[in-house]
Amino acid sequence: MNETTPILALRGICKSFGAVHANRDVDLTLHKGDILGLLGENGAGKTTLMNILFGTYAADAGRIEVDGTPVTIDDSAAAIDCGIGMVHQHFHLVPSHNVIENLMVGQKGKYGLLDRAGAEARLAKIAEEYDLKLAPNALVGGLTVGEQQRLEIIKALFRGARILILDEPTAVLTPQETEGLFKAMRALTERGLGVIFISHKLFEVREITNRMMIMRQGAVTATLDNTPELTDRQLGELMCGHELTPPEKPAVEVGRVLLRLSNITAGGTPERPVLKDVSLEVRAGEILGLAGVSGNGQSQLAEVISGVLPPHGGQIEIDGEVLDRPSVKAVKARGIGRVPEDRMGTGLVTTLPLSDSMVLPRIDQPPFSRYGLVNRAAIRDFVKEQVERFQIKTAGVDVRTGTLSGGNLQKVLLARELAWDPLVLLVAQPTRGIDVGAGEFVHRQFLDLRARGRGLLVISEDLEELFTLSDRIAVIFEGRIMGIVPAAEATAQNVGLLMAGFQEDAA
Amino acid sequence: MRLRLEQREKSSPWLNLTLPLIAIAATLVLCGGLIALAGANVIEAYTVLFASTLDSKFNIVETIVKATPLVLTGLAVAVAFRAKFWNIGAEGQFLLGAMAAVFVGTQEGLPTWSLVPLMILCGILAGGLWAVLPAILKTRFKVDDVVTTLLLNFIVFYAMMALLDGPWKDPLSGYPDSPDILMDAEFPILLRATRLHLGALLAAVAAVFVWWLMRFTTLGFAIRAVGESPRAANYAGHNITKVIILTALISGGLAGLAGVGEAAGLHFQVMAGISTGYGYTGIVIAMLARLNPLGVVPSAIFFAIILTGAEAMSRSTGVPVFLADVIQGTALMTMLIALLFTSYRLRVSLTRHG
Repeated sequence: MNETTPILALRGICKSFGAVHANRDVDLTLHKGDILGLLGENGAGKTTLMNILFGTYAADAGRIEVDGTPVTIDDSAAAIDCGIGMVHQHFHLVPSHNVIENLMVGQKGKYGLLDRAGAEARLAKIAEEYDLKLAPNALVGGLTVGEQQRLEIIKALFRGARILILDEPTAVLTPQETEGLFKAMRALTERGLGVIFISHKLFEVREITNRMMIMRQGAVTATLDNTPELTDRQLGELMCGHELTPPEKPAVEVGRVLLRLSNITAGGTPERPVLKDVSLEVRAGEILGLAGVSGNGQSQLAEVISGVLPPHGGQIEIDGEVLDRPSVKAVKARGIGRVPEDRMGTGLVTTLPLSDSMVLPRIDQPPFSRYGLVNRAAIRDFVKEQVERFQIKTAGVDVRTGTLSGGNLQKVLLARELAWDPLVLLVAQPTRGIDVGAGEFVHRQFLDLRARGRGLLVISEDLEELFTLSDRIAVIFEGRIMGIVPAAEATAQNVGLLMAGFQEDAA
Repeated sequence: MRLRLEQREKSSPWLNLTLPLIAIAATLVLCGGLIALAGANVIEAYTVLFASTLDSKFNIVETIVKATPLVLTGLAVAVAFRAKFWNIGAEGQFLLGAMAAVFVGTQEGLPTWSLVPLMILCGILAGGLWAVLPAILKTRFKVDDVVTTLLLNFIVFYAMMALLDGPWKDPLSGYPDSPDILMDAEFPILLRATRLHLGALLAAVAAVFVWWLMRFTTLGFAIRAVGESPRAANYAGHNITKVIILTALISGGLAGLAGVGEAAGLHFQVMAGISTGYGYTGIVIAMLARLNPLGVVPSAIFFAIILTGAEAMSRSTGVPVFLADVIQGTALMTMLIALLFTSYRLRVSLTRHG
């Protein structure tokens, strides 16, 4: 092995699922000290490629070389043996264990005994070498999301990773935490590791990587050095294959209050609620953004507005009418549309046909059913019409919902709500995990609703998205609204501080 | 060499149809080994098993009579499992249905025309309400439905035995049997000089009804949605508690109807052996039918053949009659394994680490 041998090389990787080519002849090289950005739409084959690299799938053709030597990786243990570490978007940690115990999970000690002292010594060494510090005895459940992610990185290093794959690591972080992550990534590469950074956020890829690889429809469309001459637009086009124009945001006159939450307390127990005294207003013709690090009460807020979670106290008012007993039916009937964060979990039923998923909330009303009898023809017509209108890519209306890609599932959810012309649309993480092209389509729909005098509440952890879309940005921290900033005055700095719970310099 | 499972992107319709057949074939091969161990000729034993149930009009009718309760308990389980309400209690619901039918059928003084409809209605209600009890426990208190539905079977069985040994015992009989139902309460015979009774027709109607219910009603839609994803169904405004309780009512009602048929069409009384595990066999039948209501019919007929054919096989080849139970159990396991392959494929890799 010499200096120019890549630590990781994938050569001619092919993988098909039936007639779908998820990976076609993919080559990838990673050198020591590289941060390689992996960009691509959902369904472009990034996840499949990483699954092959981590041993979840077997490639149909092609080979993997580590340090110039061909290897076979047929499960995650083999990947770890080869020095490949992966930090998933959703952490694989045991919250009731402390840091050191989480590191020792899956480690075999001598004679089946746990070597706690040895583990602590190695943790200390990693902490010093890479400047990744965590208290060994801190309970993982009590760590912030950023700290948990640091623990995942440490865990990979602990198992001897020299190649680190980070799957959308910044999606869950505040801007300040992202800076910390980038610092750590630079420290890792300075010590000879190679990092693959998967992200949808172009500006981050441009900030942190030195090379990027772009995939589309299973194939590599470009491998480029990161130079300042590249524009977001060029990258977006390489990913989507067509020209992108960012949506325009025309001025719209703001009208009456469509949704008003007054002093809502909800979630947890009445004594220790998750949402504490939340008051918000969404007016006609405006997009209210809700920023916050995940887990600060956003999902409870969405559940209260959807009617799923009855509040302990406070009042919900829709278009001037106070709801006595909020329920999903009552809220739906008054014109609240909902596009949930968890598309596969609370939005759609992945194992049912697409047509069933699409009418799930409306099955009990005409034209889909009368007197309890389902009208299959009406459902088919409706679904076909929506598929056409929103250009949803699907093999048919009877395929299992779960076979659609993330972007298309998002279109399904949107179509399902927009067909009933909602007064207020509640959306959470509208573009998470979907490609730039679909994301732009989604944003255009939002602005279109806004122009028609509807109100939107957009909950997102993607600040860039909120800055582009919102008229006002509310920031939630530990179940409280820390402040509401007009979009024109919002900066990563002042919103970021509110997200972290500091209130003094934003008023 | 290493074997591992990989998720399929979608399951092929071809597999959906052939898997039950493959599972049956695998079952017969596996149980063939046991027949050989018992010292019999495997081919001969299986020939007797199938021939004895299908070789004459009489035997075919007897197989249908045997399949009648199995269709209904199979449907009961299929409906419940669609909603992921794990009703292992069809056995108890069957017994209650039979008891309710015999109770009504022994009442003098009711108009004779009303006896049969009343027995059917009361049997369905008895089985249905008995299934609602664990459904309430599940939805209100999150009590595990597998445990409650299963244990309720024993409560019904021993309560029934206590009644048959005591206040409900037929004074003319030396066995723990109930009195016979009135002549007018007996199910009409559909085919002269056979035992084919109204129950077979009811079972066929029930299969079509359940198919229609699942496919063409909003309730069927809701049952599937709640079963596949209670969270998504709840967020979409479906009342999960209501759907589960209605499912339990229908499921228990079908099992209860099975009991009515056996009591009013075949035995004309309740006795200890009125069910030979029909409720449990229903689980295997529903699984083999992949919870498809129309598929339950052939699936039930298959098990009727096994159950009745095993006796003839035992008589002519000396293989123990318990083999029928072994075949049932094996079929359940092969089908569960086969189901795995509708969503996964097996990958064989020969090498490891280059």
